[in-house]
Amino acid sequence: MPPFEKILLKNMETPGYTGSLADYERGGGYQALRKVLGKIPPAEITETVKKSGLRGRGGAGFPTGVKWGFLPKDYQGPKYLCCNADESEPGTFKDRQLIERDPHQMIEGMLLACYAIGVETAYIYIRGEFVLGAQILERALAEARMAGYVGQNILGARTSINIWVHRGAGAYICGEETALLESLEGKRGLPRVKPPFPATHGLYNKPTVVNNVETLANLPHIINRGAEWFAAIGSPPKSSGTRIFCVSGHVKRPGNFEVPMGTTLRELIFEHAGGMRSDKPLKAIIPGGASAPFFTPEHLGVKLDFESVAQAGSMLGSGGVTVMEEGTNMVWAALRLMEFFYHESCGKCTPCREGSSWLVQTMRRIVDGRGRNSDLETLVELCQNIAGRTVCAFGDAEVAPIMSTLKYWRHEYEELIQQAAMSAPAELMMPVMGKH
Amino acid sequence: MLKETYKAEIDDILSRYPIRRSAVLPLLYLAQKEEGYVSEAAMKEIAGILRLTPPQVYEVVTFYTMFQLKPIAAFHIQVCKSLMCALVGSDTLLRWLKIRLGIGPGETTADKRFTISTVECLASCGTGPMMQVNDDYYEGLTESKLDRILADLKRDGTSPLKSGPFMLPEPMKG
Repeated sequence: MPPFEKILLKNMETPGYTGSLADYERGGGYQALRKVLGKIPPAEITETVKKSGLRGRGGAGFPTGVKWGFLPKDYQGPKYLCCNADESEPGTFKDRQLIERDPHQMIEGMLLACYAIGVETAYIYIRGEFVLGAQILERALAEARMAGYVGQNILGARTSINIWVHRGAGAYICGEETALLESLEGKRGLPRVKPPFPATHGLYNKPTVVNNVETLANLPHIINRGAEWFAAIGSPPKSSGTRIFCVSGHVKRPGNFEVPMGTTLRELIFEHAGGMRSDKPLKAIIPGGASAPFFTPEHLGVKLDFESVAQAGSMLGSGGVTVMEEGTNMVWAALRLMEFFYHESCGKCTPCREGSSWLVQTMRRIVDGRGRNSDLETLVELCQNIAGRTVCAFGDAEVAPIMSTLKYWRHEYEELIQQAAMSAPAELMMPVMGKH
Repeated sequence: MLKETYKAEIDDILSRYPIRRSAVLPLLYLAQKEEGYVSEAAMKEIAGILRLTPPQVYEVVTFYTMFQLKPIAAFHIQVCKSLMCALVGSDTLLRWLKIRLGIGPGETTADKRFTISTVECLASCGTGPMMQVNDDYYEGLTESKLDRILADLKRDGTSPLKSGPFMLPEPMKG
């Protein structure tokens, strides 16, 4: 491995680092804010972020500076920033670490974003289950207020920025940015039809930016060290910087590993995560959270950057890399993910609401040894009628596990169905509506 | 009544948002803290505070999984059953819980101390199998660790085995 300096995890990996304001300041914390506040015009910050090539770390990978640039110019009236800390994509646990171990890093990032886009009120939408994370953020914000970094007339400048923690209450879909806004407005978290986009009609129908925790945490470093420095890290020009990959599953050393984008799956799994946990060989990899299509060992050479993973037929997504060993049944694995999507479908769009129920029932039938020959055709037809036919990207995500396991491990589906045919006469059962 | 018990807290919450309705989740949390679940009376009171209709509060309560509509046990054990935890044995965790407590998901012990639920991903995928008990995470569970936690909970109401600020791989000691 070539020598490489971590950016986001550097502080917290220093022995004794507690994440307190004093610790953060000792490591150069809030210097970026001091550097820009009242000294560098906001538009210049947006330009710097554009030039750095920073792209969203939540899943979609949209260029951050470009997203900011969509806010209407010279808009009079309130605008909002929401930090998306709803981390709920199965396989992903990086934001939790960024929040609980170095809260000031993301808070400084939020302040820089607010300054750049002219926002005075920002919310951290954190998933409800992160009770400890919310407490740590509240504590860090209290420290930051005392020190004059948050509140009225920050550091004596004319800029005022308030940041509030807002807890979700258990709904995966609230990580989708427009569902997040609905939820923050006190409603059911149903995604909105786009356009209009949050940049013009967001929170309370006002111009709004929603950025992920890891995205925001990168900002102080970009401001301190410059766009060129950041743009050269990783796989420029389209995948600059590092990513924190969350490795889970059958590896020796699961965890969060910050590496330059463009690192191969092989290096991540076999060097950073210590390789397979037993002598069972690798069978399958999910490279970017539950919504990303499965990979096989043939894909170990794929570079972990936005373009390479997409070209290989999956997506970099949220950075959740799940590793499965030989002996894991892929139909069972896809069913487990499908159950997740069925549970989390918000119910707004019919193809997703009804389709996820049908998919779960069909998959469960196959796994339980009651599958029929026509089931594979049913699965494909259902998937094709969900993807691309819903308001948000959830519809595309929920079919990924089934479509990709069917592509690489179709024989496992067929074996289960054949066994069912031999052991017992299949009883005809139509999928029915409602929970089972 | 929430308004009397939590007046300062409610005022503080309302001051954070330009629109009252945004306070619905924070106020529901207050209600649940007070009674252990969200009662119909609490929903009506919240509707009054926020100038909403009771159904506007009810439809929010039923959308989010963390609100209880009925009283549950003192300890709510929530076991993650998503794929990443399932790969490292969450099904066996549920089996141990059944052996130790005699109940399965959706059930409450006769002494009303434990309720078990299965939940979807809690962002603890590298430390599975795991469970959340009320506000606390318990990760990297084994049979013996689970036994210790259950004994601690019964005796002290909490356990030192709960997770602190998260980091994986574990940080070096400073």
